[in-house]
Amino acid sequence: MTALRRLLFFVVGLFLALPLIVVAGVSINQRQTLAFPPQGFSLAWYGQIFTNPEWRNALVASLTLAATSALLALLIALPLAWFLWRRLAPWANIFQLLGVAPFTLPPVITALGLLTFWATTGLYGQAWTAAISHGIFFVTLPLVTLSLGFSAIDRSLVEAAATMGADDRTIFRTVVLPLILPYIVSGYAFAFVLSLNEYIVAYMTVGFTMETLPIKIFNALRYGYTPTMASVTVLFLVIAAVIFGLVARFGDLPKLLGALSEDK
Amino acid sequence: MRREPPQRLGDYGPLFFPAGMLTLFFVVPFATMIAVSFFQREQGGFYTPAFVLDNYARFLSLFFGKVLGFSLFLAVAVAIACVVVGVPFTYLLARSARKMQIAWLVALLSILSLSEVMIGFAWSTLFSRTAGITNLFVWLGLMSQAQALTPSFGAVMTAMTYQAFPYTVLVLYPALVRLDPTLAEAARTLGASPVKAFFTVVVPALRNTILATLIMVFIFALGSYLLPQLLGRPQHWTLSVLITDQAIYQSNMPFAAAMAVFLVLVSLALVGLAVYAGQQKEAK
Repeated sequence: MTALRRLLFFVVGLFLALPLIVVAGVSINQRQTLAFPPQGFSLAWYGQIFTNPEWRNALVASLTLAATSALLALLIALPLAWFLWRRLAPWANIFQLLGVAPFTLPPVITALGLLTFWATTGLYGQAWTAAISHGIFFVTLPLVTLSLGFSAIDRSLVEAAATMGADDRTIFRTVVLPLILPYIVSGYAFAFVLSLNEYIVAYMTVGFTMETLPIKIFNALRYGYTPTMASVTVLFLVIAAVIFGLVARFGDLPKLLGALSEDK
Repeated sequence: MRREPPQRLGDYGPLFFPAGMLTLFFVVPFATMIAVSFFQREQGGFYTPAFVLDNYARFLSLFFGKVLGFSLFLAVAVAIACVVVGVPFTYLLARSARKMQIAWLVALLSILSLSEVMIGFAWSTLFSRTAGITNLFVWLGLMSQAQALTPSFGAVMTAMTYQAFPYTVLVLYPALVRLDPTLAEAARTLGASPVKAFFTVVVPALRNTILATLIMVFIFALGSYLLPQLLGRPQHWTLSVLITDQAIYQSNMPFAAAMAVFLVLVSLALVGLAVYAGQQKEAK
């Protein structure tokens, strides 16, 4: 069994790593060639992301979009998850369903819905419409982590606080908030990373007026190859790995992804 | 603390902002899209309010039938490939040391979140003539000359499997972690080899989970819109690609919207089926 496991893990690991190894390889080519193994060694293509104004603008646009849309997703998910946990209102579950729907359906559907909406309202192309679009598209992630976080709270703690005279607001600030803080952070982190990488919704809402990094790479692919695409891919992979690594370091990743916690 | 039904209007307070946002920016756009799917297309990329079924009537063409057939076939093939590898992989992962599990989960999440543009670019590099895998084959003496492996069906299929595999593992993970370990142990005690125990005890016990996962991965694969464009030929385009193409490049919003509505119906029916399959498991 152990040998079999090692073999399967090795094959799957190789399959998952192979394209990334090649991309990492071509990103350090000395000249602008698509060659692997790399010819020469240069980190200039990583520098390009920050020095070339086109790539830098795309990076700033992507980071701004991800930071604001993840915040919006959180602001929608937090009161909703709190309400569903605090109150007995089965009909309100419809909003939970609405929050999960964009993520379950093929993304092109949400993208097209938002495109027709922004075009009809005449707001098409404004940068902030992308932030709202992503905020709605990724609301699922904080909603799922927060629902999990709330369900893990021991209700007798809240009851004790209430018995001692704390009102809802005080209970939320002093008992509930500290307990769900890790879930708030991980929900934000998930939405942030996914928004950073998202292409179709961003393209359909602001594709002609603003370039995020995924849109920039796609546009650049049409005119041929530049190693900066490879360095951006590696950069994004590292950002994702660091953020998820931090979530795993300070939170309980297996539990977040649906495993039962060990003491249960 | 008892959960109480909201009594005063103020108790509904927290619901206002989320409900308003989701209604305004998800329900209304969705309804707009459905409305546009019945609109009349005008020359020059505009459309006028009307109630025509022309956009849906176009589904009856041979071209559309071919695209739909290919999309479904591709998504089924990707789902089967992912689940066949994903089930034993996730089963073994769920039984690994916690540190190992976390390392794999971080890696899988990172790849899952990687932009479809970047996955497409990475595979087109790996399948290219100058930097691709065929150079390795030449070096090993398996091939006489390096060659490009794209565009081709194989390239589309491989990259989509790559994209969907982490998703498959993460969908399977909760069910497999919770799987009663005594099941396989009992089979082992009775003399079954680990492999035999896996196929005769674990897989049948997970039948409904596997079915639900197949459907979820199928829908996920149905949503792939860039990989068929970047790595395939026009005959490898899927419904998602066609919708994007009609909406952006052909400026035919009503037809794009009609296809999107169709895709929603197919997906919803399948999600319903997946939820049903999942509940069967719990009822048992």
